[in-house]
Amino acid sequence: MDAHETRRLARFAAVMRRNIVEQVFAAQSGHPGGSLSCTDMLAVLYAKEMRVDPANPRWEDRDRFVLSKGHCSPALYAALAGRGFFPEADLSGFRRIDSYLQGHPSLKDVPGVDMSTGSLGQGISAAVGMALAGRLDGKDYRVYVILGDGELQEGQVWEAFMAAAHYRLDNLCAFLDHNGLQIDGAIEKVLSPECVADKFRAFNWNVLEVDGHDLSALDGALQAARAAGGRPTVIVGATVKGRGVSFMENQAGWHGTAPKQAQRDEAIAEIDAVLAALEGEA
Amino acid sequence: MADRMATREAYGLALAEFGADPRIVVLDADLSKSTMTATFQKVYPERHLNMGIAEGNMMSVACGLATCGKVAFASTFAIFAAERACEQIRNSACYPKLDLKVCATHAGLTVGEDGASHQCVEDIAIMRALPNMTVVQPCDAESTRLAIRAAIDRPGPFYIRLGRMPVDRIYRREDCPFQVGKAIVLRAGRDVTLAASGIMVHEALKAADRLAEEGVDARVLDLHTIKPIDRDALAAASRETGAIVTAEEHVILGGLGGAVAEVLSTQAPCVLRMVGVEDTFGRSGKPLELMAMYGLTAERIVEKAREAMAARDGR
Repeated sequence: MDAHETRRLARFAAVMRRNIVEQVFAAQSGHPGGSLSCTDMLAVLYAKEMRVDPANPRWEDRDRFVLSKGHCSPALYAALAGRGFFPEADLSGFRRIDSYLQGHPSLKDVPGVDMSTGSLGQGISAAVGMALAGRLDGKDYRVYVILGDGELQEGQVWEAFMAAAHYRLDNLCAFLDHNGLQIDGAIEKVLSPECVADKFRAFNWNVLEVDGHDLSALDGALQAARAAGGRPTVIVGATVKGRGVSFMENQAGWHGTAPKQAQRDEAIAEIDAVLAALEGEA
Repeated sequence: MADRMATREAYGLALAEFGADPRIVVLDADLSKSTMTATFQKVYPERHLNMGIAEGNMMSVACGLATCGKVAFASTFAIFAAERACEQIRNSACYPKLDLKVCATHAGLTVGEDGASHQCVEDIAIMRALPNMTVVQPCDAESTRLAIRAAIDRPGPFYIRLGRMPVDRIYRREDCPFQVGKAIVLRAGRDVTLAASGIMVHEALKAADRLAEEGVDARVLDLHTIKPIDRDALAAASRETGAIVTAEEHVILGGLGGAVAEVLSTQAPCVLRMVGVEDTFGRSGKPLELMAMYGLTAERIVEKAREAMAARDGR
């Protein structure tokens, strides 16, 4: 990935971050911390990696994406709007009674959403089903999924990991958004999933460990995943909850809290400075 | 074909019969020889996916397949389908209205010797509370076959409740007026109505014979579809017979009897009595012993019919 491409993705991600803050602020409801930590993964997927057609969201040969940590819908909606699945202006309706942008992703309501999620642990299983369908139909689409690290406490995740390896689903690529925090605090304190990469390896997945905010590294991992040969891939991304908004970073308290006006202004100013710097480089 | 056949066996045969449709995939949770999905597997091994003993994952994987245009049949025992994987069915299938067809076998007390842990008598109440869900319990081989055909043709999630125990044929092949949501009038009586599903349809027919010996002309409804329930057939039964007895191999809380009570009390009031499992668990035993012990019998239906007619007539 050259500097120009990296800058383009960084800009896409910064606009996403702006839209995440604005959605949660407008709704005074939602989950900013985990949305900001998986933003760079979604930016690389939707702005570069995935084969999708915003004009035809149900195109049967498209790559699929499942947000298994469905509460981070503001990040997914920001990515979909950024890619043109629906107007950016609609994001202001997030979680409102007259909007189609449901609190958690709903495939019947939101163009570009491939699976309804929100109950943790189920999205990864649905992604396994999509990968199996691609295999059965002889299609070459790929299936991507983002899991939270707290989500690993759901036993169903490990049932899905077992099934994906058993069926040798190398068309499946998962990200772990490993920000280390969940609602009640540090995952190590709440209920540690311990040595997650080792566990994934023990389940016979191809495991890649990267900085979850390094766009080039994420892109490189995605390309490596394509060559996994008979095994599903999990990209363990070390991330920072609240990334890009200094006062939210590494704070479990920002898991599901909306910013007030002054906090919103401070966050937007910080993101706009990043955007301005990116423009300056161009 | 054998005269007696369990509905689970008819299910396996129906899957094999209709299985040439490439949209059909069948998932099982290590019970394929018991649920009879193995019958499909023999013909279409590439579209039979064993997901191991992990029912929650199986339901959500099936839903992922359904988002890609598959009609996904998922089978295990009713207790693990409707109860262990209930929330997966709700959130992964019903909310997005996907083509998940849950075919739950070994429902009710007639599981027999395995005992209460495996005797699912609450699934109808649970499944019919879910928006978008269709709930069907066929009573014999041919109606099972047509229920599977309907599940393939009709979009959205289905719950089909099947039994372990062989039962007599009620309908001849190609001669069953099965339609989702339409009760079948098996006897056209006018004195009292016996409305049943599954194996209790057989008991209701026996009860009607006994009532006939007493000069009572009983109507018998095969209420195979519990959701959406046939409001018109129930309103007609209420109006024309004034006394209804429901019979189900399920607790009398929120199941077939509950569904009928909702319609009658809000739309067409009449005397109602329910035959089913009281608010209790089952136990180990042979299927017919259990039916006798828990009152799932023609005799109990006859008693309740007499009671209902007496109440209707102010006796």
